[in-house]
Amino acid sequence: MKLSNDEVRHIASLAKVGMTEEEFEVIGAQLSQILEQFQSLSTLDTENSETTAHPTSLNTVLRNDEIINPKAGKDMLNNVPRKEHGFVRVRSVIE
Amino acid sequence: MTLPNPWSLTISEAHRLLVNKELSAVELTESVIERIKHTDSKINSFITITEESALESAANADSIISKGEASMLTGIPFQAKDNICTTGINTTCASKMLENFRPNYDATAITKLKSEGAVLLGKGNLDEFAMGSSTENSVFFPTKNPHDLSAVPGGSSGGPAASVSAEQCLFSIGSDTGGSVRQPASFCGVVGLKPTYGRVSRFGLVAFASSLDQIGPLTKNVEDSAFVLEAISGNDPKDSTSNTEDVPNYSKYLNDDIKGLKIGVPKEYFVDEMDSAVASTVRSSIKILEELGADISEVSLPHTSYALAVYYIIAPAEASSNLSRYDGVKFGYSHSESTDIWDALEKTRQHGFGPEVKRRILLGTYALSSGYYDAYYLKAQKVRSLIRQDFVNVFKDVDILIAPSTPTVAFPLGEKTSDPVQMYLNDIFTIPANIAGIPAISIPAGLIKNMPIGVQLMGSHHSEKMLLKTAHAYETAANHGFLKPSI
Repeated sequence: MKLSNDEVRHIASLAKVGMTEEEFEVIGAQLSQILEQFQSLSTLDTENSETTAHPTSLNTVLRNDEIINPKAGKDMLNNVPRKEHGFVRVRSVIE
Repeated sequence: MTLPNPWSLTISEAHRLLVNKELSAVELTESVIERIKHTDSKINSFITITEESALESAANADSIISKGEASMLTGIPFQAKDNICTTGINTTCASKMLENFRPNYDATAITKLKSEGAVLLGKGNLDEFAMGSSTENSVFFPTKNPHDLSAVPGGSSGGPAASVSAEQCLFSIGSDTGGSVRQPASFCGVVGLKPTYGRVSRFGLVAFASSLDQIGPLTKNVEDSAFVLEAISGNDPKDSTSNTEDVPNYSKYLNDDIKGLKIGVPKEYFVDEMDSAVASTVRSSIKILEELGADISEVSLPHTSYALAVYYIIAPAEASSNLSRYDGVKFGYSHSESTDIWDALEKTRQHGFGPEVKRRILLGTYALSSGYYDAYYLKAQKVRSLIRQDFVNVFKDVDILIAPSTPTVAFPLGEKTSDPVQMYLNDIFTIPANIAGIPAISIPAGLIKNMPIGVQLMGSHHSEKMLLKTAHAYETAANHGFLKPSI
């Protein structure tokens, strides 16, 4: 399963990961090699098998919408790279 | 009588000296910090050392002890893998993306250890975002194996494993998504436990693959593993996937005998390509368990050979989704030279992530993308059910499974860095337990040409009590003691 350069570029753009030409070259080849290893799965008949998304059964857990740690919001801003007047500054989305 | 070096103690030995007032928690922490200073320039297991706060915690522990309120971990110094959040202490995930990230909350496992009075010494090195099997993917530096400084410690919890091996802490906690606690434990000659999925809260563990991730202890012996597991386990309202089952006193049952215990040897774990010395070490371990009265039989887990492919689809798929949060806006590295939001996003992720993380994000994105979802992700989820069912079936016949932890002993630094597929093959024996969510433990089984090798025990969901009891019986009978590196 060999990925074309265009396919690698398409995946990188979906993942929003910028890459250099050299990275496209190297990672592209490695991805093809890794995908090759996955081919064995296609030989298995899974027609009647269920999907497992989680290893243990899960229950929905709900609680009342109460503020537990009111200070957290303010502290959270400490790690924001660009902020102004207590808000997170985002680059313009609409040109 | 002269006391042994405090840093060389196990948890129960240190606890006895602490409560008998023969040693103070501050003396113990000072001794361990001295040991770190003496050894870490060679091993590089720590990303951050928190000497000042460690000594403060130790002083607090001493006052708890003097009031007669000490529990087993009070005053015991430990290291935490650097993908486990710690208030006010950098939690980097060994990534440029989080190099300066300072959480304002503790992971629940850390909260629980602190409430016991355990002393956090600092943060342990790992493969970036826990993606790797050698700790060479750390953006800072590789960690060295204390038994051979030219060999890898394994990964991704290489720092936590190497620090316990080099006796720079009395225990550490790591995370295990596909073997990241057990594989380095095997390579470094320590005990590494991956509990049942959901046994330990994942709150505050930086997410890699949420359906597989689990925090677990690395210790000098099985008894210590039981003590740490008792402390960090339990339901947590902050993690909806954490289990509600009661936490047993695992350490109370360690000396129960294992006569009549049914132990299965899965034939798929003894493949022809396996290192013959590893195979014969595991065979000797099986013999020891047989001599202890266990009933040994060969069993089959027919879908084992598909586990690696399933893992390397599901884990990257979940990672590609989890790591989409690193956008340079809310926290973490932010590429400052762009004005356009999309360019900023792509450049932040280009410069913030290392090669293995990018590789896995791309792999996961591909497996989830339109046109390939059914062939890869959906298929992997279906095969995951088959692998899980293999374990359900086999645990109808046997109580415990025994297998190698790793196909080889620790390999030389640099040997596999350019070949991801070879690196991924390291996890071949540890991955199935994560896929099925079952508990598994790696215990030192001896040395091959002076390098440690582990043997792995696996049990059904919530069988930690039986798993630890069996591991303890084996450890006692094997009687090789803690495998001290000559560092």
